Amino acid sequence: MALSGIQIYKLLPQTNCKECGFPTCLAFAMKLAAKQVELSACPYVSEESKQKLAESAAPPIRLVTLKADGNEVKAGNEVVLFRHEKTFYNKPGLFIRLKASEGADAIAQKVAAADAYRVTYVGMDFSIDGFAVQADGGDLNAAVQAVRAKSKRPLILIGEAETLAPALPALDGETPLLYAANPENWEAMADLAKKHAAALAVTAPDLDTLADLTQKIKEKGVEDLVLDLGTTKLSEWLARSTQVRRLALKNFRPLGYPVIALAGEAGDTAKESIFAAQAIAKYAGFIVLDTFAPELIYPLLVLRENIYTDPQKPIQVQPGLYEINNPSPEDPVMVTTNFSITYFAVANEVEGAGIPAWLVVCDAEGMSVLTAWAAGKFDAERIAKSVKEFNVAEKVSKKRVVIPGHVAVLSGELEEELPGWEIRVGPREAVDIPAFVKQAL
Amino acid sequence: MPVEVPKTTWPGSVKTITLGATPEEGGTRSRTVTVGGETTLPFLHFETPMPNPPAIAVEIKDHRPDDWSPLLAEAWGDVMDDPAQWAKAAEEAGADIIVLALSPKNRDGNETTKEEAVSAVKAVLEASGLPLIVWGPGQADLDNELLVAVAEATKGERLVLGICEDKNYRTIVATAMANDHLVQARTPMDVNLAKQLNILISDMGMPLDRILMDPTTAAVGYGIEYGYSAMERLRLAALQGDAMTQLPMIVTPGFEAWKAKESKVGEGVPEAWGDWKERAVNWETLTAVTLIESGADIVVLRHPESIKRVKVAIEELMNV
Ligand code: B12
Ligand code: SF4
Repeated sequence: MALSGIQIYKLLPQTNCKECGFPTCLAFAMKLAAKQVELSACPYVSEESKQKLAESAAPPIRLVTLKADGNEVKAGNEVVLFRHEKTFYNKPGLFIRLKASEGADAIAQKVAAADAYRVTYVGMDFSIDGFAVQADGGDLNAAVQAVRAKSKRPLILIGEAETLAPALPALDGETPLLYAANPENWEAMADLAKKHAAALAVTAPDLDTLADLTQKIKEKGVEDLVLDLGTTKLSEWLARSTQVRRLALKNFRPLGYPVIALAGEAGDTAKESIFAAQAIAKYAGFIVLDTFAPELIYPLLVLRENIYTDPQKPIQVQPGLYEINNPSPEDPVMVTTNFSITYFAVANEVEGAGIPAWLVVCDAEGMSVLTAWAAGKFDAERIAKSVKEFNVAEKVSKKRVVIPGHVAVLSGELEEELPGWEIRVGPREAVDIPAFVKQAL
Repeated sequence: MPVEVPKTTWPGSVKTITLGATPEEGGTRSRTVTVGGETTLPFLHFETPMPNPPAIAVEIKDHRPDDWSPLLAEAWGDVMDDPAQWAKAAEEAGADIIVLALSPKNRDGNETTKEEAVSAVKAVLEASGLPLIVWGPGQADLDNELLVAVAEATKGERLVLGICEDKNYRTIVATAMANDHLVQARTPMDVNLAKQLNILISDMGMPLDRILMDPTTAAVGYGIEYGYSAMERLRLAALQGDAMTQLPMIVTPGFEAWKAKESKVGEGVPEAWGDWKERAVNWETLTAVTLIESGADIVVLRHPESIKRVKVAIEELMNV
């Protein structure tokens, strides 16, 4: 954690020579603590102090980046325990595990499907982040090659040092994650990670041992570490993950690393999904799934997006007049708000049903229909203003606008605000818009 | 290296609330359910043990709903035509509590009457010995009319009556007080609004251990993050000693998740959404589990498979 001004002051020469441009060392220290000046402005700081200050400036949870061919997955750099305190930053990477014993063909097939997987949620495209390959007796090299033939995403390699070693030269230039150093094998694993500039997962049955291990490994020169909490029992994992996050935020360096969760180890697919959901909410940096199934991956990707949304900024779209399915002047005009979830609920429905329409997206400060209405950000005045501002009247021949069913109460006022326009109340839910358009318009 | 695990000791705790009353206690329930009592954040047993597991309530209706997903209709089958049978099936599926949601209209399309509401409630109470929550149809006047009749006809059962909102709570609270029931108090995802409604209700004389707080939630993909954080903040406030937030929380992931297109609709959706049924169950289950992790004491669910999965999750989370 960052040092306070007073703590920084103790590391400065305390001569008040003013060369930094401040009247006293303390004044300079205060500015440093507030990150408003650079340490280099003081020519007299000792090497030792410099190092201490650099260490203290390091984030409480180390940023670990797995890389392959331009693709990156980042974990760490988190600063809070609860998302409302600020936000969570680096979404946990979702990896799919393959076992070398499955054989190269089966692996290639699975990887091709998982790598190609794309799903759109409120205008954002999601995909999985990488693959984990486990050396479980089969030919690891062949397995890794099979993955690489179909995917350029970062890798996690699971096995012992001697089995992983032969597969690593082919991954030169990448940063894979090796899983995992434990109290028995850690030296060999650390050597291997160092040799290939890989990140290294560390596992131990309890936090005491884990903290010991990370320190020993760090001394060997491997810094990009990832913690495995040594359990897949829900309650135990939750407790340890919480403890690690708390300790890390208190600047306890030995556990200041991102956490990996092997969800596939938790049990059947039902348990795997639940464990993965917990890992998303409760501080995992990497999550490894055994099941690649869209019906599981999709909700997990969406949950992850939700939990990592900045609480200060709702996801929103640009207000404006959106043309759906190339509308012509006689096609219907509908209004909605610029909260992403709302906009896409409506736009997807209209687009999916093949209905050409003009969608007026009002600036409701990123709020849903009812929230914005309750907050006074989606009223007759604002709707009318948008209709005028976006020159809707010039684009359409039929001056008729459909408002969401939830704000039916606005129709009277809107008639006054928009003289010459017919106001129609649409259904409450977007799903019912296609039927409404067919029957009522 | 011995790691000193930071433990928080909180000045406050969540109230313990018991739903339902056995014959000795003046009701007819064969068992009661106690929730709340937490002295730390969910499932952090290393600080202090979690005294009561979160409970699963299962939502049924007074007659077959016409707007529920076909997947739910398929899962429950014919019992949906009879609330008593449905309650029994829900109990068998693993419910700890039944939620009977009254419809605004009866089977014939006329407004639900007091008599019909009372008879549905009685039928459910006879069919299942579990504690019962009764929701009005969600229209203020009708809610008041039906819930007063239900409350009077079931005096002493310690039902939960809902849903109280800031615009409509007085009548429901008054009848719950007069007839030894509890209430469910709902506010839209906001700590201060939740406190405010709890204050208003307790100012009427309702003891705090008969109020369940419903901070409102949304499904995965539809704003769960707002509910999640509101619940975390409410629970933190409770532990910090703010009395008006120290109530167990009830949320409705079943209702929210089954409103989502991902659960409701099977055709004409992107292929990347995968298998419909499994997706829908995941939607409900993951919404529920996430909310349990943020402090839910009662989750109201709809699908039997989700009930099963959430139950397993709760068992594992309680298992130290
Ligand atoms: C999430 C949420 C919030 C979030 C905001 C999220 C956001 N960015 O908007 C937060 C927590 C910040 C919030 C705040 C408030 N909220 Co709020 N909130 C909700 C909640 C739970 C979900 C809203 C949501 O996201 N729905 C999903 C979106 C997609 O729905 P939608 O925009 O309505 O769109 C659907 C339809 O309207 C339709 N549709 C949309 N556009 C169009 C267009 C046409 C032409 C048609 C036909 C259809 C259509 O299609 C969509 C999908 O079906 C609702 C309760 C609920 N469960 O609905 C309460 C709710 C909307 N909130 C409410 C209130 C009162 C508030 C606050 C005033 C109170 C407070 N908490 O302080 C504030 C106001 C905000 C402020 N002052 O800053 C009330 C509104 C009551 C009312 N009827 O007036 C609600 C209904 C809760 C309640 N029952 O009391 N809220
Ligand atoms: S230059 Fe360095 S020593 Fe001089 S006043 Fe500034 S901080 Fe102190």
